[in-house]
Amino acid sequence: MEPLSAVMVRLVGALVDLNHPGHYLHWGFIQISVANAVLILLMVLVFVAAILIPFRRHGGGE
Amino acid sequence: MTIDASTRTEGSDASAGLPEDADQLSAKLRRAAVEALPPERLMPDRQPAYVASWIYVFGVITICALSIVILTGVILAVFGPTWWHVSTTGLFVNSLHLWSVEVFFFAMVVHLWGKFFMAAWRGRRRATWITGVVSFVVSVGAAFTGYLSQQNFDSQWISTQAKDGINSTGAGAIFNVTNFGQMLMWHIVLLPLVVVILVGGHVLLVRRRGVVPPFAPPGSPPPTTDETGSADEPAAAATVEGRP
Repeated sequence: MEPLSAVMVRLVGALVDLNHPGHYLHWGFIQISVANAVLILLMVLVFVAAILIPFRRHGGGE
Repeated sequence: MTIDASTRTEGSDASAGLPEDADQLSAKLRRAAVEALPPERLMPDRQPAYVASWIYVFGVITICALSIVILTGVILAVFGPTWWHVSTTGLFVNSLHLWSVEVFFFAMVVHLWGKFFMAAWRGRRRATWITGVVSFVVSVGAAFTGYLSQQNFDSQWISTQAKDGINSTGAGAIFNVTNFGQMLMWHIVLLPLVVVILVGGHVLLVRRRGVVPPFAPPGSPPPTTDETGSADEPAAAATVEGRP
């Protein structure tokens, strides 16, 4: 029987296939990989969320 | 010198030493350290109310990620490249090392953005800001030499691509990215040492100067001494009420 780890690898590999050359975005002289662009976008989203989402105060305050 | 217990006055602090020892270097260093960072400021119980925001969390996340980077790096150093490329446990630790670096940079960049838009160098916090920025730059070098130390085709590709860039700066003669031994030593000795010293100093400066307060809203009274930097004591420390 196939080990669980091998099954997980096949499952994740089927969902997110990284076995190909990277995709790139081109905008004039600017070139950035999709992976890096997604990462930067995530950082911006987390930054905005960190400012907007209320922080739960210790002791049940506001 | 030896300390005679009978010479101590009742209730005196043994760590304070004897009056005749006050000129010793260790006594002077201790006094300076305690004056700069008394225990209650070094390990505070409470923080100012404005610290109760998610944007203040990313510095701590960065330090946690750095701890995991160092811990997994030590394990990788113990067992070596064959282990981290072949065995499943080695691959797992290698991946932990990589992804903790990703979290480290992710959190550090968000931390940097937050502090930039707060102008966190206000109130005599220039050194705090500068140590943070230099830590970031040195960390990029540490990550780069890490990619060169992987011992696979990826590291070969990166080193041969990077050599032309480094050589164009004139630094290639002393910093040879195709010299694996040199890059490994930079990655596991020199740069981690610098990063840890800088981050440690950065944290101590945060403790000494306090967390930068938010900007005063328009029309509010003039800034406090904390923002103008005319006082040594962070004014925010007097307004502690939050416990995030």
